[in-house]
Amino acid sequence: MQIDPRGPRFAAAVTTVVLAVVLVTRNPWVLAAQAIVFALGAADASPYGFVFRTLVRPRLRPPAELEDAAPPRFAQAVGLVFAVVGLIGFAAGITALALGATAAALLAAFLNAAFGFCLGCEMYLLIRRLQPGRFQ
Amino acid sequence: MMAGMAILAATLAVGVVAGLVMKRRNGRMRTVEGARVTRGDLGADLGERATLVQFSTAFCQPCRATRRILGEVAGMVPGVRHVEIDAESRLDLVRRFDVLRTPTVLVLDAAGNVVKKASGLPRKADVIAALGAAVDGASHRPSHPSDKV
Repeated sequence: MQIDPRGPRFAAAVTTVVLAVVLVTRNPWVLAAQAIVFALGAADASPYGFVFRTLVRPRLRPPAELEDAAPPRFAQAVGLVFAVVGLIGFAAGITALALGATAAALLAAFLNAAFGFCLGCEMYLLIRRLQPGRFQ
Repeated sequence: MMAGMAILAATLAVGVVAGLVMKRRNGRMRTVEGARVTRGDLGADLGERATLVQFSTAFCQPCRATRRILGEVAGMVPGVRHVEIDAESRLDLVRRFDVLRTPTVLVLDAAGNVVKKASGLPRKADVIAALGAAVDGASHRPSHPSDKV
């Protein structure tokens, strides 16, 4: 499936703000909400994407080119893993783990929003490299 | 609250620095020496004069644009071939050539020696310049071994 590349960047900008709120307020419910958004995004039903399509995109010019939906979807799954780790940190009272995982997810979202760089996507090959390879 | 603010500020600062560094390095052609790719490695013929080897994955945003640029250059310069490799199914090559990101592009001379390497979306002009080094380097290697064109 092909999508407007500005959609994931808009979503990353919203995610950056939400995760910044989590860091400052230490409210696990905000992180839980973002975890649900990540899960929906990984399932190709991102609420931020919906906001982009209905409210933002009609005000923009058509995109110069479309891009594949699979990489940003994979990155949402990576975001979900970090959010879950952060929630475990909150639940277990390990604040360093909660804030560390949130900060890592925030860094990835910020790099995507500000530079168009998909850190989550880059994780894919690095993870695959750790597994034993098929040779040809 | 204060600690959270500090972590937020530190994370954003790391993000800005990392983003600027990556933007600078992205797609830059670096000179490589002492590595060679054979026809057997690629499972495809080498180009007569040079080969552009692209490592891609399914979850790679800039791979499509890279494919287009390399395809255009290969179509424009005679004797140059563009070979795309699915990184996931060739982890042997990924490890051998230390591919950490996709796209990674290797520029090979006629003999298959790796002359340049770039990770991230390369600019067309840089690809053409690297091809120049690959084609030129093959015939004049002894006279300027560390050609950095």
